[in-house]
Amino acid sequence: MNARTRETAAFWAMRLTAYSVVVIVGYIVVDIVVRGAGTISIPFLTEPMRKSGLEGGILPAIAGTFWLVACAIAAALPLGVACAIYLTEYARPSRFTDMVRLAITTLAGVPSIVFGLFGLGLFVYQLKFGQSILAGGLTLACLILPTIIVASEEALRAVPADFRAGSMALGATKWYTIRTNVLPYALPGIMTGSILGVGRAAGETAPILLTVAAAYLPFLPNSPMDKVAALPYHLYYLATQVPDMKAAEPMQYGTALVLIALVLGMNLGAMLIRAYFSRKHRW
Amino acid sequence: MRTSHWTDKVARLVFTAAAANAILIVFLIFVFIGAESRTFMGTEGLGALLDTQWVPTSEIDARYGLLPILGGSLLVTFLATLFAIPFGVIGAIYLAEVAKPWEREILKPFVEMLAGIPSVVVGFFGVVVLGPMVRDVFGLNTGFTALTAALLLALMAVPTILTISEDAIRNVPSAYKQASVALGASRLQTIFKVCVPAALSGIVAAVMLGIGRVVGETMAVLMVAGGRPVITANPMDGVRTMTATIAAEMGDVAVGDTHYSVLFVVGVVLLLMTFTLNFIAQRVLKKYGYHQA
Repeated sequence: MNARTRETAAFWAMRLTAYSVVVIVGYIVVDIVVRGAGTISIPFLTEPMRKSGLEGGILPAIAGTFWLVACAIAAALPLGVACAIYLTEYARPSRFTDMVRLAITTLAGVPSIVFGLFGLGLFVYQLKFGQSILAGGLTLACLILPTIIVASEEALRAVPADFRAGSMALGATKWYTIRTNVLPYALPGIMTGSILGVGRAAGETAPILLTVAAAYLPFLPNSPMDKVAALPYHLYYLATQVPDMKAAEPMQYGTALVLIALVLGMNLGAMLIRAYFSRKHRW
Repeated sequence: MRTSHWTDKVARLVFTAAAANAILIVFLIFVFIGAESRTFMGTEGLGALLDTQWVPTSEIDARYGLLPILGGSLLVTFLATLFAIPFGVIGAIYLAEVAKPWEREILKPFVEMLAGIPSVVVGFFGVVVLGPMVRDVFGLNTGFTALTAALLLALMAVPTILTISEDAIRNVPSAYKQASVALGASRLQTIFKVCVPAALSGIVAAVMLGIGRVVGETMAVLMVAGGRPVITANPMDGVRTMTATIAAEMGDVAVGDTHYSVLFVVGVVLLLMTFTLNFIAQRVLKKYGYHQA
């Protein structure tokens, strides 16, 4: 075997390895889409579950996930963007800045179950929110904070320095400059980051397990202090806590399909926004 | 010095406070998890963690040995890393050095998609597809084994390892490659004798971040690892990891008692493990000027 064929063989081996990732992802997604599609119907999406989740729909889980995510993003977005503005516009190399950066990377690496423990200790017991949408939403907010900060920071850094200099040269204050000449141009990137955060929050299960905890809850919530069902938790429940696995399969696949459609749809949306604006804004 | 308007001062204050808040959250995480584990440290003490049995629910003789669940975590993590490294690293090399631009356009979204699949869905896939597959292939009674969990976790570690390794390989100065090619080396030789060695620290950091992800993963292992807290090195055995222990048992404990508290001790161990891994990995990445993860 000469050098040329050896190289071709090696490249093909690498190619096969790389494409096997595509095959595996494709297999998981197609399996869920094909076997879940039959379950999806208007009643499935608009009715509460019945008979331990073996019949009826998943509306309470969809609503629960919606409220949890809304609560998480409402808390994490302003905080995350403000933190990113500090890092890009104000921060000078200092101990404080280093500590903020260390905190963000640490936060990004904390296991989700540990966020659950934290939420349980702080929000559920210390602040006496009980297991509720509020406790779960705030826990998820801490979890997606690094995602939002990193994405917003990238978006803010992509705004050319000239935009800032031009505004400052005309006598605008720093805050006025940020408001009129920086934030508007960073908005698409910030949106991308928040959508990714939403996708992440919608799919997380472990923190919800500890802070919202309701395995089978076929009701819609009335207030932020209520316990609530959620899509990922409902899937976990259907996949492990139901005695008759075969009978539960249509509901399992249906729930899994709604969940990945939601999460991957978010990711796709974020990708499209990014692609659209990177074409539109060139400076 | 520029004199600034009062709104400007307020804005600066607000943004600085937001940044300080990130530090505060990390601080609070350590404080709360530490505080809740105090009860256990007071009543049972550190020594109780060295027991070889985890039987926290026994009323006569409760045992809080971390070794079985720590062992479970280590076994699953070791296997998952073993499976994930070839795919992550070779995939990264392929994407950075071999793939044509249009191939990247196809491959990258799939990798991002894999990173985006929620862990409970991966776990579900393990329960209905991979578990039975493992059971049939190896002729076992059940497909809920350390091996099944490791395979799923490998899937979740691949995107982390791949993305960061690719960055590291791309960051190798092109002068190195040009010099290698100018000396008559083939593309393959250049990749394995120049690019990969030059990017090695970044690849190692990528693997460490991947391991951090695997150690902290909860749902997939909770669903397919078998849930048995035994000390074993056999991939075909069912095991229980630290994360799964917290998730499975927190629902049944009385707030404030020893069992409740020991689960926070497990949380402290997890937190310290992932923090150390991430800290070292970030240091390495920063030192070599790679893109921050």
